[in-house]
Amino acid sequence: MTSHERNWVPTTPRKSATFDDYTLSEIRRASLTGIYDIRGGGSKRRLPNFDDLVLLGASMSRYPLEGYREKCGTDVTLGTRFAKKPIKLKIPVTIAGMSFGSLSANAKEALGRGASLAGTSTTTGDGGMTPEERGQSETLVYQYLPSRYGMNPDDLRRADAIEIVIGQGAKPGGGGMLLGQKISDRVAEMRQLPKGIDQRSACRHPDWTGADDLEIKINELREITDWEKPIYLKVGASRPYFDVALAVKSGADVVVLDGMQGGTAATQEVFIEHVGIPLLSAIRPAVQALQDLGMHRKVQLVVSGGIRNGADVAKALALGADAVAIGSAALVALGDNDPKWEREYAKLGSTAGAYDDWHEGRDPAGITTQTPELSQRLDPVIAGRRLANYLKVMTLEAQTLARACGKNHLHNLEPEDLAALTLDAAAMARIPLAGTNWIPGGV
Amino acid sequence: MSTFDLTKSSVRELNAALHTLKDDTNDTLWSVLNPNGEHSIAAGVDAAVAINVQGSVGYFCGGMNKRANIVVDGSAGQGVGENMMSGRIHVKGDASQSAGATGRGGLLIVDGNASARCGISMKGIDIIVKGDVGHLSAFMGQNGRLVVFGEAGEALGDSIYEARLFVRGPVAGLGADCIEKPMRDEHKAELIELLAASGQDHKVDVAEFRRYGSARKLYNFNIDNAGAY
Repeated sequence: MTSHERNWVPTTPRKSATFDDYTLSEIRRASLTGIYDIRGGGSKRRLPNFDDLVLLGASMSRYPLEGYREKCGTDVTLGTRFAKKPIKLKIPVTIAGMSFGSLSANAKEALGRGASLAGTSTTTGDGGMTPEERGQSETLVYQYLPSRYGMNPDDLRRADAIEIVIGQGAKPGGGGMLLGQKISDRVAEMRQLPKGIDQRSACRHPDWTGADDLEIKINELREITDWEKPIYLKVGASRPYFDVALAVKSGADVVVLDGMQGGTAATQEVFIEHVGIPLLSAIRPAVQALQDLGMHRKVQLVVSGGIRNGADVAKALALGADAVAIGSAALVALGDNDPKWEREYAKLGSTAGAYDDWHEGRDPAGITTQTPELSQRLDPVIAGRRLANYLKVMTLEAQTLARACGKNHLHNLEPEDLAALTLDAAAMARIPLAGTNWIPGGV
Repeated sequence: MSTFDLTKSSVRELNAALHTLKDDTNDTLWSVLNPNGEHSIAAGVDAAVAINVQGSVGYFCGGMNKRANIVVDGSAGQGVGENMMSGRIHVKGDASQSAGATGRGGLLIVDGNASARCGISMKGIDIIVKGDVGHLSAFMGQNGRLVVFGEAGEALGDSIYEARLFVRGPVAGLGADCIEKPMRDEHKAELIELLAASGQDHKVDVAEFRRYGSARKLYNFNIDNAGAY
């Protein structure tokens, strides 16, 4: 044995926190393929979220409501500002816009069925309105996107509301891409493009620029639909105070604010994880803008991006939202990432709970695919029922929490019902740190 | 003939009346007086009627038009004939930017010049501009035809799909994936047919036009083409 060998003491191999396993694998993937990573879903990293807030249940200074006896309303009306026919929903949890193309026709139908059973709305996406979706959706919001794929005045009039999409939380400032492998004959026909090509969706609308133009565009849509339909404006959360103020100025009936946890069908990983702000930090500036303009509760605020349960709903409403929208969670309710498909996820190099290559069209659950053998795995009636159950559970949970705070309607929840568990959440949500009256940065 | 004087009636009243028209209406001639640049005039019409607008219009005149034959005896603001489905819109003056944007069918004729983004994201509409068009015309054009008697600005046909472009005058520059293509006899015949169908035949010699369209190199992403974007 040499002196060097005698003096050698093994140490634990240490991996870099900066160059962690995922980072290393991504560098290897990029160098091998020559293309950035594209995936579906929303931000996967830990972000300040509603778990960082708690509700302050009633005690000596507040009076609770009896959980199984006393009423706690959940209804919400959207579009009361200008529309002749505002939307009335039984619950303040709506289904966010997701396209036929990114999702199978069965999945879209299931979303419509589930939403209708629960008394809420669902929303089209880039690519137009399918008859299955319209037929099964009691209340359907029709998205008006920069690409205008499938846009036509008949569907516009068939819709119950119109949502002009300025951006979304997964990629504020970015357009979209539906890769060629998901462009079936039907998808190609609806989008008026050749089959099999990558279909880009523009990041800006083609016929207006800025809030002054948008006001005129909104009036055109109102004219075409004889002022019946509520007009929503959807923005990705980045500068919520100014964006919401401009949305109000432009004449919106409803503002939809989507945080960076909001999902997408397919976008660059770098975009999903590095652009936009968490929903928790976006709601208060948005509400502040509405309040400064005297429009809070007159222009309704719908928030989305990582909403998972009734606690999230209650906290979002307490911060001042009128309703929430769910996308990723709704897909999970339908059956997305279900462990029962684990063997197939493994074949795709993934695992249940992590599968996000939605753009490839090989979803074992039959949701983010246009392949008939896969999409037929999803029974729209059964999946719709699951979604309805989930929506009802979320609502019951939110009611339970609201009653504990002494509220007879979810909309009576208020910021004073909340406390923050972290400095980050306290500063971002402008809620006092628990046990103190301190809001970092002031109100 | 029905006449709407927009100094006495509102655009809302005009459009509401137009939207109530049934397929078998006898009320097929409409005259709009004093439009004064109002927006959304005759937007969302779905009837085979003739609408003559006696003056210049603002944004989105004839937006999403179906079947109507709209004549603007003046100039048109932004987005004239946006997303039109069918029918015909004839602007006797100039058109502002995004004329015929996302149009899915029908015919748009501009006697004067059209500004930037003429035919942006066009999806089946035919557009004839007797003057010049501005930059980024036919951007992401999916289908349909854009015919320009005069000149075209920078980045013509940028990121174009299957729209077909015919330009008689100089082109300041082509956008990503847009190339000049041979103007063969079948293309001349196509252009003659389009001009004849629109009543514009014999005004120009189709042999003077050059044809542009997609190189189809950006249809599926390739990292080696990243510099083209």
